Amino acid sequence: MTSSPLATYQPDQRALALIGGEATDANLRRYLHGIPGIDAVGLEARAADLGTRSIKTSSKRWAIDTIIGLIDLTTLEGADTPGKVRSLVAKALVPDPGDPGCPRVAAVCVYGDMVGAAVTALGSLHAAGATEGVNVAAVATAFPSGRAALAIKLADVRDAVTAGADEIDMVIDRGAFLAGRFGQVYDEIVAVKEACRRADGSLAHLKVILETGELNTYDNVRRASWLAILAGGDFIKTSTGKVAPAATLPVTLSMLEVVRDWHRLTGVRIGVKPAGGIRTSKDAIKYLVTVAETVGEEWLTPHLFRFGASSLLNDVLLQRQKMTTGHYSGPDYVTID
Amino acid sequence: MNRLAIPKTYKLYIGGTFPRSESGRVYEVLSHKGDFLANAAQGSRKDARDAVVAARSALGGWAGATAYNRGQVLYRIAELLEGRRAQFIDEIMSCEGVNAAVASGQVDEAIDRWVWYAGWADKYLQVAGNANPVSGPFFNLSVPEPAGVVAIIAPQGNESLLGLVSAIAPALVAGNTVVVVANENAPLSAISLGEVLATSDVPGGVVNILTGSPAEIAPWLASHADVNALDLVGAGDLDWVELQISAADTLKRVLPPESGADAAAPALSRILAFTELKTVWHTKAVL
Repeated sequence: MTSSPLATYQPDQRALALIGGEATDANLRRYLHGIPGIDAVGLEARAADLGTRSIKTSSKRWAIDTIIGLIDLTTLEGADTPGKVRSLVAKALVPDPGDPGCPRVAAVCVYGDMVGAAVTALGSLHAAGATEGVNVAAVATAFPSGRAALAIKLADVRDAVTAGADEIDMVIDRGAFLAGRFGQVYDEIVAVKEACRRADGSLAHLKVILETGELNTYDNVRRASWLAILAGGDFIKTSTGKVAPAATLPVTLSMLEVVRDWHRLTGVRIGVKPAGGIRTSKDAIKYLVTVAETVGEEWLTPHLFRFGASSLLNDVLLQRQKMTTGHYSGPDYVTID
Repeated sequence: MNRLAIPKTYKLYIGGTFPRSESGRVYEVLSHKGDFLANAAQGSRKDARDAVVAARSALGGWAGATAYNRGQVLYRIAELLEGRRAQFIDEIMSCEGVNAAVASGQVDEAIDRWVWYAGWADKYLQVAGNANPVSGPFFNLSVPEPAGVVAIIAPQGNESLLGLVSAIAPALVAGNTVVVVANENAPLSAISLGEVLATSDVPGGVVNILTGSPAEIAPWLASHADVNALDLVGAGDLDWVELQISAADTLKRVLPPESGADAAAPALSRILAFTELKTVWHTKAVL
């Protein structure tokens, strides 16, 4: 599908060519409102159908290890301390102390001021974007509400990147989006992306949180996904985890469809991160099925798919222990978070 | 003109609700003459797993309730059993092939036993706990606390209701939550008890009743790491040594199988079997 002329454009020109002009409110509105609407009933039926697949034992074993490797182990509390971040990092590196064969998670996700503590705790196992080790992701741009001046949001991002964050999870301005000021949302994402630039010129990975629980309709989710991708997001993420409903399977499916269409159009692979509300391995496996069926199995790598979760890991570990030992395990055999 | 009878298909009792077995299986419950009585759900290992999860989540509330409150809740069950006497008698007669007098005797004894255990709820602590003398200015107190989730294989012989009550009541008194595998051949008393519990004040998940094959379910409960104690009172026909061995892997408290007329006889020791003795030191008042 890379025969499309869009694939030959430079990334920054691609969006402008697609929108058909500068990224103004009017141009973006014309483009985003020209995207076909979503059949909500069909989408939910499709998602429910994907959730009924029967996963047999050997596939389940693979799925469980894959899920662990895709988790952004998260602590985003007002009460976070450097000690809590250290124990989170310890768990990220050795999720199951009773089984050295257990894979590591993809990243730890913390508030910007805790990035330093996470980097120190990781030490030589800090992946810093490489495949070995664990990355540090930071939420930024006045997470979770995003209600702050642009200068403050950008300072928030630069602060986290300077402290060593490999990935930045930004929130879009939902107020501006719902008011139809698409140009403002677009420009903010572009500015945040630029603020992700490190001293050596490389860029921290940018995840754009749409906060789908506040967007009200699947059509809005689809538009916001397109907007985030056009503006240069590397990842689109469902939720902050602070708003209910957080990630749901239909919402994630609709975002994956945008990612699939973008790949067909440009040959570029964008990542997806459902976050919040995924607590059981059973749920997580449904997401794996949805990814594989919508965009393909090549998306099941930490570069292209993540789970934003904290309690999910414990449930996955219990399932893993069940498969290893042959008997049911219990919460006494995993850490209390 | 004969009315067409409605054959019943019963379900499990897990977490205060009545789900079908996740396996979708049922088995036929037959009268002592071999006539069809009803279908009962044939619980699977995953039902047992769900039941343990329900029991674990109910534990905090039940163990945390005051002893007086637990006693009241248990006594209320005895009241409800009394109200359903006729139904229990009827089921026992058809399942066990005994006459009305014997069945009614069994129901009465089960209710009496339930009341007896309910009375212990706010008394066993005084009897089993202690203020220990120590050679220092300290209070040294030993108090029994509930072990946690107790898995029970109910007695499989005659007297299905009395056996079940004798097994679950003592575990409940101390504040444990229970997953019980009912009498396989005569499960109707257990199913009806589930209906009694659902309309009583017992919080959902405190008692979870599985019908089906103890031989199939027991090994999963015995090895389950989130089960704290195992009562094998009705496991005499199973490979119960093997069950004890797998229970030992996670340091469960285990009671052995019992048989005969005085199986699971009412005793304080049955309550204490599923408690842990906690000893605390506390300085005496500073003058």
